Amino acid sequence: MGIPGDEILSRVATGDGHGENTSYFDGWKAYDNDPFHPIHNPNGVIQMGLAENQLCLDLMRDWIRKNPQASICTKEGVSEFEAIANFQDYHGLPDFRKAIAKFMEKARGGRARFDPERIVMSGGATGAQETIAFCLANPGDAFLIPTPYYPAFDRDFRWRTGVQLLPIRCHSHDNFKITEAELAAAYRKARDSKIRVKGILITNPSNPLGTTMDRETLRTLVRFANEERIHLVCDEIFSGTVFDGPEYVSVAEILQEDPSTCDGDLIHIVYSLSKDLGVPGFRVGIIYSYNDAVVSCARRMSSFGLVSTQTQLLLASMLGDDDFTTDLLAESRRRLMHRHRAFTAGLEGVGIRCLQSNAGLFCWMSLKPLLKDATAEGEAELWRVIVNEVKLNISPGSSFHCTEPGWFRACFANMDEETMETALRRIRTFVRRANDAATAAKTKKRWDTSLRLSLPRRFEEMTVLTPRLMSPRSPLVQAAT
Amino acid sequence: MSPTPSKKSADADAAAAAATATQARSSATGLGGGGGGAGMRLIVPLQGVVQGRGGLVLGTLIPCALFYFLQFYLRRNRSPPPTSPQPPAANGPDLPGIVRSSSRNFLSARGSSGHAAVSSRAASIARSGDSPYFVGTKKCSEDPYHPVDNPDGVIQLGLAENRLSLDLIGDWLARNVTNTLLDERQGGLSISGLATYQPFDGLVELKMAVAEFMGQVMQGSVSFDPSQIIMTAGATPAIEILSFCLADAGNAFLVPSPYYPGYDRNIRWRAGIELIPVPCRSTDNFGLSIPALERAYNQAKMRGVKVRAVLFSNPSNPVGNLLHRETLRDLLDFVTEKGIHVIADEVFAGSTHGTEDFVSMAEVLNTDEFDRSRVHIVYGLSKDLSVPGFRIGLIYSFNEHVIAAASKLARFSSVSVPTQHLLISMLNDTKFITQYIKTNRERLRVMYALLVNGLKQLGVESVKSSGGFYCWTDMSKFMKSYSEKGELELWKEMLNVAKIHLTPGTACHCIEPGWFRLCFTTLTEKDVPVVLERIKRVVDNH
Repeated sequence: MGIPGDEILSRVATGDGHGENTSYFDGWKAYDNDPFHPIHNPNGVIQMGLAENQLCLDLMRDWIRKNPQASICTKEGVSEFEAIANFQDYHGLPDFRKAIAKFMEKARGGRARFDPERIVMSGGATGAQETIAFCLANPGDAFLIPTPYYPAFDRDFRWRTGVQLLPIRCHSHDNFKITEAELAAAYRKARDSKIRVKGILITNPSNPLGTTMDRETLRTLVRFANEERIHLVCDEIFSGTVFDGPEYVSVAEILQEDPSTCDGDLIHIVYSLSKDLGVPGFRVGIIYSYNDAVVSCARRMSSFGLVSTQTQLLLASMLGDDDFTTDLLAESRRRLMHRHRAFTAGLEGVGIRCLQSNAGLFCWMSLKPLLKDATAEGEAELWRVIVNEVKLNISPGSSFHCTEPGWFRACFANMDEETMETALRRIRTFVRRANDAATAAKTKKRWDTSLRLSLPRRFEEMTVLTPRLMSPRSPLVQAAT
Repeated sequence: MSPTPSKKSADADAAAAAATATQARSSATGLGGGGGGAGMRLIVPLQGVVQGRGGLVLGTLIPCALFYFLQFYLRRNRSPPPTSPQPPAANGPDLPGIVRSSSRNFLSARGSSGHAAVSSRAASIARSGDSPYFVGTKKCSEDPYHPVDNPDGVIQLGLAENRLSLDLIGDWLARNVTNTLLDERQGGLSISGLATYQPFDGLVELKMAVAEFMGQVMQGSVSFDPSQIIMTAGATPAIEILSFCLADAGNAFLVPSPYYPGYDRNIRWRAGIELIPVPCRSTDNFGLSIPALERAYNQAKMRGVKVRAVLFSNPSNPVGNLLHRETLRDLLDFVTEKGIHVIADEVFAGSTHGTEDFVSMAEVLNTDEFDRSRVHIVYGLSKDLSVPGFRIGLIYSFNEHVIAAASKLARFSSVSVPTQHLLISMLNDTKFITQYIKTNRERLRVMYALLVNGLKQLGVESVKSSGGFYCWTDMSKFMKSYSEKGELELWKEMLNVAKIHLTPGTACHCIEPGWFRLCFTTLTEKDVPVVLERIKRVVDNH
């Protein structure tokens, strides 16, 4: 005699706020059921939907090996244990905060200064987003967010907080830039619906676009926030992955260049080490706010997601090692650029265009030519084919709330070069087959309309089949994967 | 000044009410013509209603206005809006803030100079300023006691840290060092383990090791199933996540008082769940009373507040008593009858030092036929294993829907992966763990006895405690007045004259003034006479 769970659990527990019923996660499930492995499962699904950065793990590993005193479980480091085991001050270890501030400055090329006293911890970037939402907005309030955006914001920003996310539409014809017109339109629309807008949430560098925001757009956003007295939350989690020009501009720089034009109380940065360093397992989320009330509130909330002092100690040492961080950032960028170039070149070889990007762990590619219909359903169908037949888990644009169908995000930094090559091979095969099928369909049509003869069935079949044999491009019977 | 509730709909109602009222008033004056005063202004239109002159319109407007005012009044005086938070602890989970439902919390969150508003949660933090307890902590950190370097400093007895057995853990680490953090052979982790996303609710190996540990702590009386465990970064988020799963904002939990001050922050603040204290009496040795629970439940019902769970700590914080098996059974009967949940906060289960045996809620469920899906346990390693800095807590639930929801919510409060690996290694050394638990208990027993006996000699009586880190002492006879004010004054005297920071009973919602909570686990044997001498300074003044 059990109680049916739905009756006596909360709305948070029984609702869909966790967002795991969306297509973004369906691909993950496909991957979980059939994960690719170069030796054990070479025909499995390759995970290209998870933005992990595994390119510099060897550098991290080497540092950890060379610096045993940074870990408390080595004989060099164990003496620190008693001091930190009992330390549960939510301010965090002072050296940890200093090291994080220094690292953030370095990732921005020293163009911005960060005060360690404003560094607040949280349970990963996930926890940081949620905490900022709790600090800035009441249930029912809304934040404006440019599309396309990271799907998990729907969960992290909204689930327990009751805050809404309203889209600012961005379009491919101007490379998905945020325009003042669309920003104002989104704001007006919310106001007309009597929804209270508390702020704007942007990701810079952008996920999924991989682009950095130009100075003008940032200034526009800051100005808008100032005029309307709303907050600007900048998720700068990918700030260390900018591998190419134009130079990265953080909102911290905008604030610094002219503090009189903007009220610091409105500007907040969310950061994490999960992407730049590739260590999501450390669960380090950082909130950096220029608003004292928010720092105070977020700090108290950090009790719900403090970073383990063991981890704080390790990072204080690692990020405090100036030479190491300089080398790491430089090498990481170099490897990302190399990987990005290889991947996008591979795609271009089969006519797949990617949005020009200079940051992030992924590329934003347009598969519009492969869509049967240029609709959401068409995109969903193509995506199912790619996951189930091509065996690549890439993420469909609709899961990012992209208004135009046909865009997909593919991550390339969470695998080694051979796996990336395998993925490219599969894509090439798929695109060529799709192109051939499309050509065949077109050829068939032309034939019919010009002759207006109704050929016997046999002939029709031959017409459809022969292009594969006749076409010089497609070799006979290539392997499916 | 009429406070404006922060709820949007109430705002709208108020605006509507104001508008309608003004309309009604102006129409009334119009009809009433000239003097007559307020009375005439009301009576004339009513006459109009009766005599049918323009009365239909007014006859609608006036009752509407009255209705809006009534609604407005009722809403204001019902339960406070869920977004109105209480000022939480200053530092660490244990420091209390004075919990008063100030009407100022109802003020709009907009700053006076037109600054962009933060949420009401953040605004109330900004307003709470320096409560006395912040003052206390500050004094402790500015002038901390040290037996050699600063013998006249402030002794902190308000924070729960167990320093008595930290050396045992340190020694284990020293004996089990690895070459690096990444030494896979000795239970370290591979770099890919660090670099990839792991399940947010904890590694399976850790859950298994923790389940084993919990069984050992409960002295083998019950075994725990790893698949019912959700790991979280400390017991603090565990309680919050559980609250979010079991109740909606505006609902309530019944909590026997005095209770752990941190619950106010963990449950009320963001989840918006009300905590209804159910007072326990010193005459009952602060034991849980089912009739009192029943009364509190009915009172809440009459107020229109939906109670979703009973939350209690066992061993109790701050009192330190253990619940008997029969009480636990009665509690289960109660919650089953009311159709609500029960949350057992058992974080001190391994820190028992008395002669009584600890009985976990899990044990009662094992032996008796109760509906398990309403039972949830909160646990963690901060207290029993002396490692609060590492942030390891957990939810243990018998309800699969709660487990499913909580495992998704754990993403906001995940345990650091290197720490998980360290703990897996340590907990799997069962021989060490058995020895540790035994030695820790012994040290707790010794220190507790030392302090309690010393206090007794000063005339300060404590409730018999069988577990936890605290002495729950009665200092009411040293208060100037038997009231909350008297208690606060005594607390200040303790801080400024005796230079000891204690936790006063009001912070724990104790309805009887004069009770104070002292933590004894940060002391060494040499510190005890110093503490007693300091307390004597104040005691002798009265």
